[in-house]
Amino acid sequence: MLLIPCPWCGKRPENEFHHAGQAHIARPEDPSATTDEAWADFLYIRTNTKGRLAERWRHQHGCGRFFNAIRDSVTDRIAATYKPNEPPPA
Amino acid sequence: MTQPFRTHDTGRIHRDQPLRFTFDGRTLTGFAGDTLASALLANDVHLVGRSFKYHRPRGILAAGSEEPNALVTIDRGGGRITPNLRATQVELYDGLRATSQNRFPSLSFDLGAAAGWAAPLLSAGFYYKTFMWPPSFWARLYEPAIRAAAGLGRAPTEADPDRYLHQYAHCDVLVIGAGPAGLAAALGAMATGARVILCDEQAEFGGSLLAEPAATIDQWPAAAWVVEAVSTLATSVTLLPRTTAFGWYPDNLIGLVERVTDHLADPNPHAPRERLWQVRARHVIIATGAIERPLVFPHNDRPGIMLSGSARTWLHRYGVRLGARSVVATNDDSAYLTALDLHHAGVAIAGIVDTRPDPTEDLVEAARSAGISVHPGQTIARTEGRMRVHSAILSGGTQVIPCDSVLMSGGWTPSVHLFSQSRGKLRFDPATGVFLPGESAAQEVSVGACAGVFDLSVCLSDGYAAGGGGVRHFAVDGIPTLAPSLVAAPGTPHPKAFVDFQNDITTADLALATREGFRSIEHVKRYTTTGMATDQGKTSNLNALATVAGLLGATMPEIGLTTFRPPYTPVTFGSLAGASRGALFDPVRCAPMHDWAMARGAVFEDVGTWKRARFFPLGREDMHAAVARECLAVRRSAGLFDASTLGKIEVVGPDAGIFLDRLYTGTFSRLAVGRCRYGVLLGEDGFIRDDGVIGRLAEDRFHVTTTTGGAASVLHHMEDYLQTEFFDLQVWLTSTTEHFGVIAIQGPRSATILAGLVEGIALSDMPPMSVQSCRILGLPARLFRVSFTGADGFEINVPAGDAQTVWDAVMAAGERYGITPYGTEAMHVLRAEAGFIIVGQETDGTVIPDDLGLGWTIGKAKPDFVGKRSLTRPDMVRDGRPQLVGLLTKDPALVLEEGAQIVTLTDGAGPSLGHVTSSYHSAILGRSIALALVADGRARIGGSAFVPMPDGVVEVAVVRPKFLEAGAEANTGAPPAIGSVSAAAAGRPRLAEATPRTMSREATPAVAADHDGSDVPNVGTSRPPVRSAEPRPSMKLSGFPASPDVHATALAPTSRLIVRASNAAATAIGASIGVMLGSVPCRGIVSRDRAALWLGPDEWLVLAPEAEFSLLEQAIAAAGDIPASVVDVSDRNHSIEITGSRAAWCLNTFCALDLDPTAFPIGMCTRTLLGKAEIVLWRLGAETFHIEVARSFAPYVWDCLAEAAREFGS
Repeated sequence: MLLIPCPWCGKRPENEFHHAGQAHIARPEDPSATTDEAWADFLYIRTNTKGRLAERWRHQHGCGRFFNAIRDSVTDRIAATYKPNEPPPA
Repeated sequence: MTQPFRTHDTGRIHRDQPLRFTFDGRTLTGFAGDTLASALLANDVHLVGRSFKYHRPRGILAAGSEEPNALVTIDRGGGRITPNLRATQVELYDGLRATSQNRFPSLSFDLGAAAGWAAPLLSAGFYYKTFMWPPSFWARLYEPAIRAAAGLGRAPTEADPDRYLHQYAHCDVLVIGAGPAGLAAALGAMATGARVILCDEQAEFGGSLLAEPAATIDQWPAAAWVVEAVSTLATSVTLLPRTTAFGWYPDNLIGLVERVTDHLADPNPHAPRERLWQVRARHVIIATGAIERPLVFPHNDRPGIMLSGSARTWLHRYGVRLGARSVVATNDDSAYLTALDLHHAGVAIAGIVDTRPDPTEDLVEAARSAGISVHPGQTIARTEGRMRVHSAILSGGTQVIPCDSVLMSGGWTPSVHLFSQSRGKLRFDPATGVFLPGESAAQEVSVGACAGVFDLSVCLSDGYAAGGGGVRHFAVDGIPTLAPSLVAAPGTPHPKAFVDFQNDITTADLALATREGFRSIEHVKRYTTTGMATDQGKTSNLNALATVAGLLGATMPEIGLTTFRPPYTPVTFGSLAGASRGALFDPVRCAPMHDWAMARGAVFEDVGTWKRARFFPLGREDMHAAVARECLAVRRSAGLFDASTLGKIEVVGPDAGIFLDRLYTGTFSRLAVGRCRYGVLLGEDGFIRDDGVIGRLAEDRFHVTTTTGGAASVLHHMEDYLQTEFFDLQVWLTSTTEHFGVIAIQGPRSATILAGLVEGIALSDMPPMSVQSCRILGLPARLFRVSFTGADGFEINVPAGDAQTVWDAVMAAGERYGITPYGTEAMHVLRAEAGFIIVGQETDGTVIPDDLGLGWTIGKAKPDFVGKRSLTRPDMVRDGRPQLVGLLTKDPALVLEEGAQIVTLTDGAGPSLGHVTSSYHSAILGRSIALALVADGRARIGGSAFVPMPDGVVEVAVVRPKFLEAGAEANTGAPPAIGSVSAAAAGRPRLAEATPRTMSREATPAVAADHDGSDVPNVGTSRPPVRSAEPRPSMKLSGFPASPDVHATALAPTSRLIVRASNAAATAIGASIGVMLGSVPCRGIVSRDRAALWLGPDEWLVLAPEAEFSLLEQAIAAAGDIPASVVDVSDRNHSIEITGSRAAWCLNTFCALDLDPTAFPIGMCTRTLLGKAEIVLWRLGAETFHIEVARSFAPYVWDCLAEAAREFGS
């Protein structure tokens, strides 16, 4: 069970959290103006990164906040977490 | 029986405490302090098992958990049967009953031994090659036969009556292994003041020191030093004997299994049999020692052939000689110590056979001066003896040494299992020829023999330093420092030279694998199964690796090790399950009218974790009859239904309408206050996620209902968009699912029955799809005129704690009209008659609104909402999409099966057009009805189709998905619940909660706060604003074990508000209600009799004495023009207080948080999980915790805590 550092509550056991997919996929400003292909990409196409990736988590059974985490999909280590409207750390 | 091989005085067994036990029915005696293995050996019982594949007679090889052969079944009676226990780890107790395994009819005469003659057929991969043809024989003949012949003990057939518990723990330093290095490490860590846990798989701490009678440490005899060290540690270190660290999980979470009662003849029935610890350690010190390797020679597996170091353990720790005449076979110096010690204990040493041409000189000298012959440069060519070795034949084949035991040492392998599990990189050490811990991947360090250190003094000082104690020298005497040897070179492959004893893998098997082209050790392992038995190859892996390296002409590091995986030793399923079985397997959530339904004889069904009344049979009614009666009652008069499990979310804020516009297909910003609208919720992919009726309570306040199953996921979905997408909106969400009990009254007489009960409004002013705040029995209520049946009807929302009272009143008022309680089954039928869909039944995650004829719910003028864009994707507008239709069977009595396929061909063949989604018998229509999703279904209405059923193909007419016209029976003129909404609202409702309740519960005097009465907020030191009282009868929070160490109390009803706001608004609100809504995360602030608990950066739970409903008004007024959300959730939760020295322990049985006061100080509060229930945990004192839990989860949480407290019962 991972220890995940919630940006508000600090390190908490993984079972308090809910994984919510890849981060930084912006919803198009005007969906009606997107092509079918672009919309399908937005809905379904993910990078499936091997290594460092940004993903969304929610501290579901804690403060309830969504946040982003930089996790390495090979080592399963979380390098950093940050709030939704913040840029990913370098 | 006299234990003929017991010494007179050596060992740590208690000769004054004899114990009787049986092995395969034969009664024997041993002593307290024995293991089953040592007691058997003292009785000269060496034959203890039959091997896995060839059923060869096997004895005890080792003295510890690495034992591969001596697997036994222990039967404690009453279904307490445990197979496959290592006899070396089974502590003897009086009356122990052990049986051997994998033999028939007996150990000494085993028919399965015939497998030995068939050995040539059973080589590596034999089943792939031998049992190929015909293929059909594999499943029916070959596999069952092989499984019957091969194997371990039998799994018990009865349910396990024992209890098992989990325990979460946190520490600064976890020391694994209490041998010399581990004890020193724990002492070093203790010296720093750290929180330390020390565990060891054995019953007694001390490890190798327990079998070193001559050794001294700082001038103490080694065993006495151990006693001193342990008593020092006991003052502040958590000591866990009989506890195996079996697995390493991410972020230094270590799994331990503590065997709590297995060693006791008469265990405390309240104690768990085993406890699975999940220890989160900042730092782990691995001190797991080393395991001796066997030598690999032909017939090296006969009973009486053992590891040499184990022989010393048997002698010095257990006072057992392994025979009268032993041959020692070795390539390692340590075996000389065994030979000399046994010689001094009176065992004849028939010779030392040393594979090394130049053994260490002084050892050879010492042996020879004791009269022991040494054969350097020799190996054992083979052994003889059926049930016990009786001679060893030396290489060259001429010299035969008669003996009754062969003690072998192939050197020592550091136990790097846990280090490897931690993802540390192993490195090959050419000097010692073994793999040692290299680069770390976790916060850990290996010390002592598991790190390749065999000098006792260095083990101790390394351990102490690793613990953080700094430099310390330990003066060691009386124990020679011996350099371990390299792995012995493998001999010529031989079909009886065993490498892996437990899986019966020989050097010939390994040779076959390499001959057949396997090169990777991982492939060789899987092909031969070497190292894959329950012992995980503890004694065999390095020998297998050396053998394969030799066969391939490669070096050991070139070949590499296979991966170590948990568990280190087998773990019982009971331990893994813990308390999560039976009543505590999952929370059982009961709706507010549950007890009434029980008393009424309802039959329940599981809906998620809810128990819902399915139907209410009268007399001998079956379900069909009961449901028909219930449905007719609703159609002709009125029915009553507990709809409390429906999800309810209060959406509050100036942008609430806009927010709902963006989330739901319909337009809610223009919904008039007091009106309701049916909403369909889509995912961004356009597929239906949920639906429900949404009522507008005020300009900035909506009451959103969800499906029962969607309550949590819809809230999650909404929070997701609010927090990460719609930053521009000022809206807050609060779940009120459990705050309200919901009583649905449906049927033409509904209004008549309710009229006399409702105060403050006239029902005639309520059009369909409207909501009003009112009072019922003086209680604040939200009354919805909505229907899920097609008939007229209402849904009454009242605080859950009062729901039963209201239900009783409605039942009484409806009695003369034949009001009838109905269950979920009738609800399903009624809504299908009216053509209403159920999400999850008519939808499956691939259905869009138009498929169900719900295109009308889409606000055409809205430029965007979640999922809108997807509705124009090519696949969503193509021909042939599944569309909802009704099906009517030609035979009205025949009810289709849900899930049945629909085809066009009369013979039932051909491509499927779709499937039946719902199917019932409708009493009012006197026939069966079904809903179905059918390709281009709407175009097929008026036609027919065919449904293959188990008894033949059924022809059906395809009709509109609506079987009963609204009002057809009811005559009330009520239109269907869904549809257009009149703009004329019947006045703006007041908030129900804004008026005080007149229905008072028990008088509840305010609690005196224990500060001086000033208004200065007081963090955490006061009592909570709730008092203890008897729980309500329906709560079932009873039966907590009486204990001096832990006590739980169900607290009296409390007023609860959820405030959601920015910090600025929260400050204003807090000031008005007299308690500070602090901005520090996870802190509860107490002021007088009120408290505010920080739950999230914009969310507080305010607790106050009951009936202070002016609080809500005050809070709303205080917010004024500052956007904020204040919602009454008084009845959403129950409060439990748990106190006592074991309170934190009992919480940690189910809760993974660190509850040490340094990590969870007084005043801290947080949402977290207790088992499978979400709670708010708040610490009020060193030994006092307050728990807030949703009411339907309260019995589960209570029962979990009671289960944890049982072992502390007085």
